[in-house]
Amino acid sequence: MKLLVTYSRREGKKPIIAQIVRDTGVLVNVERALIDSSEGEALIDIPDDSCRIVRDKLADLGATVRLLEEEISLDESECVDCGACISICLQEVFTFDTESKLRMDAEKCVLCGRCIEICPHKALSRKSET
Amino acid sequence: MKKTIHQVQERIRDGNARVVTAEQMPDIVAELGEEEALAEVDVVTTGTFGAMCSSGSFFNFGHADPPIRMERVWLNDVEAYAGLAAVDAYIGATQQSTTREDQYGGAHVIEDFIAGKSVELRAMSRGTDCYPRRTITTELLLENLNQAIMCNPRNGYQRYNAACNSTDRALYTYMGMLLPSCGNVTYSGSGLLNPISNDPGLRRIGSGVPCFLGGAPGMVVGEGTQASPGSGFGTLMVTGDMKQMDTEYIRAATMKGYGVTLYVGLGIPIPVLDIETVRSTAVRDEDIWVDVIDYGIPARNRPSKMKVNYAMLKSGHLEVNGEEIRTSSLSSVRRARRIASELKGWIESGKMNVCLPTRPIDATKKAGPMIETVQGPRVLEIMDHRVISISEEEPIRDAARKLLKGEINHLPVINSEGVLVGIVTTYDISKAVVNPGKGTLVRDIMRRKVITTTADEAVDIAVQKLEKHNISALPVVDRDFKVIGMLTAMDLGKLFGGRWLK
Repeated sequence: MKLLVTYSRREGKKPIIAQIVRDTGVLVNVERALIDSSEGEALIDIPDDSCRIVRDKLADLGATVRLLEEEISLDESECVDCGACISICLQEVFTFDTESKLRMDAEKCVLCGRCIEICPHKALSRKSET
Repeated sequence: MKKTIHQVQERIRDGNARVVTAEQMPDIVAELGEEEALAEVDVVTTGTFGAMCSSGSFFNFGHADPPIRMERVWLNDVEAYAGLAAVDAYIGATQQSTTREDQYGGAHVIEDFIAGKSVELRAMSRGTDCYPRRTITTELLLENLNQAIMCNPRNGYQRYNAACNSTDRALYTYMGMLLPSCGNVTYSGSGLLNPISNDPGLRRIGSGVPCFLGGAPGMVVGEGTQASPGSGFGTLMVTGDMKQMDTEYIRAATMKGYGVTLYVGLGIPIPVLDIETVRSTAVRDEDIWVDVIDYGIPARNRPSKMKVNYAMLKSGHLEVNGEEIRTSSLSSVRRARRIASELKGWIESGKMNVCLPTRPIDATKKAGPMIETVQGPRVLEIMDHRVISISEEEPIRDAARKLLKGEINHLPVINSEGVLVGIVTTYDISKAVVNPGKGTLVRDIMRRKVITTTADEAVDIAVQKLEKHNISALPVVDRDFKVIGMLTAMDLGKLFGGRWLK
């Protein structure tokens, strides 16, 4: 499952992800991260059964944790099933079914936003923004 | 055996015609054989739905009171061509809004009209004795226009070369986003459903032939612009009444980094009168080959990476040197299929009949490139011919001296053979002064990845390199990667006031 972790870096450069891995023993997969001098945001993927322990530990370290669930949204009335999104998505979220209709496996999505930018018909958006 | 067009027309009128889509035809021919397929099938319907930039519509707005001869016209801030009679205008699909740039354009005006939305017309004129009015602003619906005739100069490309990108950065093209290092391949066209792919000899498709255009009954005007059927890239000019169109089959779109375009749904019914047509309509995706073109090369003649067919493209991935590259389409096969089947319904019900071209299209014709009588500026003509360079073994201090003495900001670094290996800028040297410790030699601080140009490169291409990489100078190198000059942002000033602006 995917967790969006945001944390302040003002108090110093705490190796927060590394500490989680060491303390919990859970192997964390960092899917996407944006870290600057004051703030960090990381999208991490962890096994479902480790969710509780990782979340609690992150909260202890002062991070804000949000569960990421199907945040990408497809507007079927705008989508023409052209497929421009398929090959540009490295997570392979999009595929055609046997009828050449676009299918979306939002669970794979890491919200990089690339498909939203390039969709010629503006059919894709972040759920929080719809 | 042969059938006449009259026999087919009569069967359509009587509601007895056997109509199949271009997707069904190959299996029918494989099963029945050519002779029996000819006896069995009267019409094959085709369809395609994709980005067709060369599209647009003629409008007649009716006369205002007092009347105006519109010289410039804007529809929702998108300029339409008004160099026609008083209240006629042509809006091109790719024309962009003066206020919303690539987020709204001619294609959106067309879609909004068809969707029943109100569109603001603004026009101006210098005023004449017969047309005294000088400005007008009004809100119009499609039903308020006398005519709204879509007339697309170039639609229905027979096939289209697929695209990839060998450079190390992503490209945003009319073929969509192309990932660096050939990370994906994009393509367009519906393959075996494509109208001209089912009649590559243009024996049945030509002037006057009815078609499905944007959900309305339309007509093939004739050869499309830039048509090159002789090399397998035929195109068609088509027309239809916008008032009968449906936004299911006409959609405005924006290709990021490229601009506005219009997705057009087009289908053509092909009467099956002889064995040749049976054969041509039995075409499969495997039979339609295209090149994969490298859009990383900024020239007209882009090299082909490989040849592929539509079956390979539609499979979702290609195998290149043992590596799997994902493919994706920009046109919709699903909607193309729907067009072919809707058109099939039209023919079966007699809503549309078929006919032979009143004027054939020359299927041997090939399109040529532009004749350029004045060559655009080349790097050689404006570059700085002085070659001030430094060797990678020299101290940073010497680099600073050379920059000061030459009054320059960029210093190419060469190795003992004189080959370009890096570049240092005044910025790099300032950084080295503030943060010493990286070393004292040029090679310790130089940037090793140098973007270069050549003497015969078009200045426009060099300018694009400067912009894309956010840099202000390019070493000019020869074939052996030896520096023969520099092109800096300052040199570009030579274009102004010089012979290039006369």
